[in-house]
Amino acid sequence: MSFDWKWDFTWEILPRLLAATVNTLIAAGAGYAIAVVLGLVLALAQRTPWKPLTLIVREFVEFIRSTPLVLQIFFVFYVGPQFGIRLSPWTSGMIAIGLHYSAYLSEVYRAGIDAVPRGQWEACRAINLSTRDTYFRVIIPQALPPSIAGMGNYLVGIFKDTPMLSVIGVAELMHAANAIGAENYRFLEPYTLVGLIFLAISLPTAGLVRLFEGWVRRKMGM
Amino acid sequence: MDMSAYPLELPADDRPMVRFMNVVKSYGRLVVLDQLNLDIAEGEMVTVIGPSGSGKTTVLRMLMTLETINGGVIYIDGKPLTHMERNGVLVPADERHIRKMRASIGMCFQHFNLFPHMTALQNCMEGPVQVLGLSKAEARARSEELLTLVGMIDKKDQHPSRLSGGQQQRVAIARALAMRPKVMLFDEVTSALDPEVIGEVTNVIRKLVAEHNLTMLMVTHQMGFARDISDRICFFYRGKIEEQGPPAALFGNPQKERTKQFLSAVKEAD
Amino acid sequence: MPIWEFLQTYWPLLLNGTLITCAQFLLASVIAIACALAAGLGKLSGNWLIRGAAVIYIEIFRGTSLLVQLYWIFFVLPLFGLTLPSFIAGFLSVGLNVGSYGAEIVRGAIQSVPKGQWEAGYAISMSPAKRMRRIILPQALALMLPPWGNLLIELLKGTALVSLISVADLMFQAKQINASTFLSAQAFGTALVVYYILARFLITPFMRWLERSMARRLGRA
Repeated sequence: MSFDWKWDFTWEILPRLLAATVNTLIAAGAGYAIAVVLGLVLALAQRTPWKPLTLIVREFVEFIRSTPLVLQIFFVFYVGPQFGIRLSPWTSGMIAIGLHYSAYLSEVYRAGIDAVPRGQWEACRAINLSTRDTYFRVIIPQALPPSIAGMGNYLVGIFKDTPMLSVIGVAELMHAANAIGAENYRFLEPYTLVGLIFLAISLPTAGLVRLFEGWVRRKMGM
Repeated sequence: MDMSAYPLELPADDRPMVRFMNVVKSYGRLVVLDQLNLDIAEGEMVTVIGPSGSGKTTVLRMLMTLETINGGVIYIDGKPLTHMERNGVLVPADERHIRKMRASIGMCFQHFNLFPHMTALQNCMEGPVQVLGLSKAEARARSEELLTLVGMIDKKDQHPSRLSGGQQQRVAIARALAMRPKVMLFDEVTSALDPEVIGEVTNVIRKLVAEHNLTMLMVTHQMGFARDISDRICFFYRGKIEEQGPPAALFGNPQKERTKQFLSAVKEAD
Repeated sequence: MPIWEFLQTYWPLLLNGTLITCAQFLLASVIAIACALAAGLGKLSGNWLIRGAAVIYIEIFRGTSLLVQLYWIFFVLPLFGLTLPSFIAGFLSVGLNVGSYGAEIVRGAIQSVPKGQWEAGYAISMSPAKRMRRIILPQALALMLPPWGNLLIELLKGTALVSLISVADLMFQAKQINASTFLSAQAFGTALVVYYILARFLITPFMRWLERSMARRLGRA
């Protein structure tokens, strides 16, 4: 091993890393899709009139947010087989990362819903909208634009957390870099390239999220 | 509380559009309204005036069921609004009963509360389509007619953020009317407006009074406007009706000391 | 195996791991706070060189993953002649990573101090450094404490990754016990609960206490 950068080695491993990047993006996308939907469920569950449910969900969200994702990934992957449920690395990874981020997104939604003025709820009552229509046609559409910045942060966040999936053998970018490093006894190029690929994706994404937020606000006439 | 004193339904010969019967509203130990009794006849225009904190707005909010009441019963068109019948007595109403009864009441707010993500037309169509189950075409026809009435038809495709306060309030009136309520509530609808646009809103309400047989209850600080269009003025003081009567009598010849003080203070401020 | 029996057998290992986790947490916190202050102030500096360095640090550490940074510092830095023991590489990576997020909190809080306060400091002819230290930072500190509370919980969670370079922290011990006994629910479940207790019953109350005492010092209580 030496610290001199080898370009031929770089070109040799780059296609393999880029292929693994596709898996990373799929993992981030699938995990995020779970989190977006489940987060809304967790947020709305905290607004039901039934107080015990609110308390339980609140504590569950706190629990998920205060414990390490990598530990949750291990937990989901290993605990299933103990009770006869065998989950593939991909399935357990998506469950763990989706659940983890749904707790964060539920907080984003909650803040967004709380920010909708009280007068909007009252106007809904005054025209006699049902609770469901009040949420889905009036409150949530207004809670969304101010939530986009937070949602975007967590999209980038989930992407940056996907390397943790390598610990249970999901064949994403970090997993590929580890494998290349172990096969060739060279870590400089694979790990540096992984860092550069992450930078090349997460920096523009953060900018795109800002553009998207402005577009949604204009689109909704706000 | 003994509910047997309250009839399940008002008799046909004593059936105002709205009846407050011994209504009490309190927040903890603070009593906002104390044993309120108030009838509003069908087609009557009643204006509530009084110093701030006298409970005026609370009267409207209770009628819209935005506030729960702590005692008494409110009747709409002879039927209980805040209560429902169970085994021959009145019990506090459940959400279903309230939704059914609330359909006959419409309200306009001080801060308009238009839905910001919908155009003026969509704001008006929302209730008729989602709540009354009208077809899009019917709701559109109804809404366009009402937007014409309030003089906002040429702005029907604008979002609220592009409209002035007076324009937003006129759309809000059209939105409330689109539900075809029997009773309309106006809660300080001109208080948040710049002075030069107050007229466009009061003119719409004048038109409603002149051309429609709506029952209306209004809270306002515009004494001249209240005097012009009301059938009756109620002066509230510390959660009670201190004095009420036709505008000419109440403004021209108030009987109670509190009323005189309030009216002269308002006149000075003008 | 019932949970109490499990705990009776393995509590020494788990306690050891917890202590290592706490040590990693404290050391990484010191690094994170130092880096956050330096980079947060640096980003507001008038000197473009300092500003540029702060921006590069923040963007690199926020733009890539903690795990990538950890592996890079542990596996690649030795190639440049800097070999760090895994314990040091662990808290250093976590601290540098969290510091880049903290820098944005520091910058935001300093910029939220009302303009009048800067002008008042200027009006009594304070030097810029003194004004920052005596007038602006104390007020900014009160503003940044609530987000720091959340960030320190992120930092605690981040320390779990050091187990992947074989630092024998709580996560590492849970993995070891799992590998030798296959008691996954007990091993990982206990570790989850310990992390939860550390976050919710130690870090959060401590930060709340700090917020309150800071508010008192600013006469806002």
